Amino acid sequence: MKLRSVSAAAAAAAVLALTATACGGGSDSGSNGDKINIGIKFDQPGLGLKTPDGTYAGFDVDVAKYVAKELGYSEDKINWKQAPSAERENLIKNGDVKFVVASYSISDKRKKEVDFAGPYFLTHQDLLVRADDKSITKVEDLNSKKLCSVTGSTSAQNVKEKLAPKADLQQLGGYSECLTGLENKRVDALTTDASILAGYASQKEHQGKFKLVGLKMSDENYGIGLKKGDDELRGKINKALEKMVSDGTWEKLVKQHFGPSGYQYEPAPAIAK
Amino acid sequence: MSSVLYDTPGPRARRRNVVYTTVFLAVLALVAWWVLSALADKHQLDADKWSPFVTDSRVWTTYLLPGLVETLKAAALSILIALPLGAALGIGRLSDHRWVRVPVGVVVEFFRAIPVLLLMMFASAVYAEYTTVSSDFRPLYAVVTGLVLYNASVIAEVVRAGVLSLPRGQGDAAVALGMRKGQTMLYVLLPQAVTVMLPALVSQLVVIVKDTALGGALLGYAELLSQNRQITANYGANTIATFTVIALIYIVLNSLLTTLAGRLERRLRQGRKSPSVTLPAQAGATEVKSDAVSGA
Amino acid sequence: MFDFLDSGQYDLLGAFWVTAKLALYSALGSLVWGTALVAMRVSPVPLMRAFGTAYVNIVRNTPLTVVIVACSFGLDQTLGITLGGGRSEDIGFRLAILGLVAYTGTFVCEALRSGINTVPPGQAEAARALGLGFTQVLTLVVLPQAFRAVVAPLANVLIALTKNTTVAAAISAAEAAFLMKEMIENEADALFAVFAVFAFGFIVLTLPTGLLLGWAAKRLAVKR
Repeated sequence: MKLRSVSAAAAAAAVLALTATACGGGSDSGSNGDKINIGIKFDQPGLGLKTPDGTYAGFDVDVAKYVAKELGYSEDKINWKQAPSAERENLIKNGDVKFVVASYSISDKRKKEVDFAGPYFLTHQDLLVRADDKSITKVEDLNSKKLCSVTGSTSAQNVKEKLAPKADLQQLGGYSECLTGLENKRVDALTTDASILAGYASQKEHQGKFKLVGLKMSDENYGIGLKKGDDELRGKINKALEKMVSDGTWEKLVKQHFGPSGYQYEPAPAIAK
Repeated sequence: MSSVLYDTPGPRARRRNVVYTTVFLAVLALVAWWVLSALADKHQLDADKWSPFVTDSRVWTTYLLPGLVETLKAAALSILIALPLGAALGIGRLSDHRWVRVPVGVVVEFFRAIPVLLLMMFASAVYAEYTTVSSDFRPLYAVVTGLVLYNASVIAEVVRAGVLSLPRGQGDAAVALGMRKGQTMLYVLLPQAVTVMLPALVSQLVVIVKDTALGGALLGYAELLSQNRQITANYGANTIATFTVIALIYIVLNSLLTTLAGRLERRLRQGRKSPSVTLPAQAGATEVKSDAVSGA
Repeated sequence: MFDFLDSGQYDLLGAFWVTAKLALYSALGSLVWGTALVAMRVSPVPLMRAFGTAYVNIVRNTPLTVVIVACSFGLDQTLGITLGGGRSEDIGFRLAILGLVAYTGTFVCEALRSGINTVPPGQAEAARALGLGFTQVLTLVVLPQAFRAVVAPLANVLIALTKNTTVAAAISAAEAAFLMKEMIENEADALFAVFAVFAFGFIVLTLPTGLLLGWAAKRLAVKR
């Protein structure tokens, strides 16, 4: 009977798939042996991006590398983990990562669940518009405009509740989708942290197409998230961040990652003790 | 088969068909032209948005292929767990004991009535809140849990329909041979039912593959669809190009599975000797098919 | 445990109302589109047959998530098709319906095609002998009988459609699954209660549909 050979083959394939999955398991603690797990974004150019080479690039990534080095981990000892916005607290609480450097704004609500080292960067909620668009100069202009942001982001809630309640806010799954809409004139502005916007604007495919408006609609202090109560690690990271600013690395990295967009970045913020 | 609906076209009908064909072709061409020119107008057809998929093999090795592997992994795990579970539930629903039949029926109907996305979101939250499953596997677990719960109950119905489609004589003969109920099910009814069900089960695999995309869009599972975020972040927001390529991969994969299901069905139909089995089997298969629809 | 129901913070009924509206409009649209597709698939014009077959095979093998997200940013963000909607929520709702119709239409089409196959060939032959053309044979003789034969499969499609409306959460349509996602994030300690409420909501939506149409299927079936 032919059928039997078919099901046998299917079973064999199934077993193979299972073993492959089983092998995929393994290390999953914050830092096991001589490796360290760090949470970053995988899809934010300028901050944390998984490049086609399979390596990671961005300001957050370089900050994480610097801090890890100060903690005694060289670059090849780092396991990068994807830390999507909604997952960051879970990653830290479950001990999946030692710390998170992922455009992570310090807020009172988040402080209830995790601790923050830093801040290492100050940015503001801003708008990205088409380079030739002069109709948006202040927050009130938004009330008659079509605005795009990412589903569930604080920037989106900010606009809806405080800044421009009458703006037509579209929430999409990712920033690239918003950029497509912006490029095609379906939306007039994309709103989120200026650092993220600058990252997109300075990509070579986008240079000259978009510009930042330069509004300071909120203060976002990026911190490094870590397990609540781990004061020893927090102290060490803070010391590393201070050193990064004082030896000029901070300035160099900021210029490297945000320079091409013409983004007027703030000086390094003071570390909260 | 459907030519019974119209006469063999004569000269006039043939002329008319030519007119219809031309008009239809013109409409299709017009739509295609409008879409393409609109896309070109918005620079979505520019070479630099599409060329990475041809010239830069890293798009495939870094994003698309690993994503496809994740999709297949979730689908394979789901069907492997759902099959025995579904078979057990299906047999449970056929049980002679009320206290087995009724609760199993309730469970099956419950999970069939709930959208698989809700099951996935719930599973994801439960794993995050109450277990220590590592974040690397939580989305996979959530997706597989949702798919298993839903598909096991669909498969349960498939199994039930398959067993019920067998001629009564099969069970009676087994009883006459002195087999116990368990033996009858295991050695006589199930093996025959499985061959009847096989095409429907492969079709169900298509449903599962499609449903894994939910995990990518809403749960952060790193499967094929979710790769579009990272690709578009690297190649200048080429969303249209990326989505087209990803959709094509799904279509090719699922078309292969659908073709496989069709082949199996034809082979089974040929393999059948006695016509008395064919009729109820087909009835079972159509019922089973309409069940397979219920996926996303 | 169920305090979140009284807080007034969540518009549960509103979300389910959106789900119901999505399901209803999409059901009507899919019925029309599915019928048009099946008419193409059995038509005497080879090009239409080819189009119908290709469309069904392609769309049925595409994940609904992809179809709906493609509607959102392919049609809306890129081509500027807004279906007459004004604000974004409105456009999202309409595009979700479009995506659901495009997808579900293929299942309606396949159900109807199997329904057409249950109509004895003699019916169509008799109609042709009376001198009816293809359109008349289809709309006056074959389809009315086919529809009555496929009420049960169509009921399954409708139930699947009701559940599939949750996929519209991927483009932030404010329906039940989208609200559930929000509530799971905010009410982590009442997780099971939240799930119970939404599960109950969907059972309320799908169970009567199944029972009602199951009853209708028995009444309407052509006795042969």
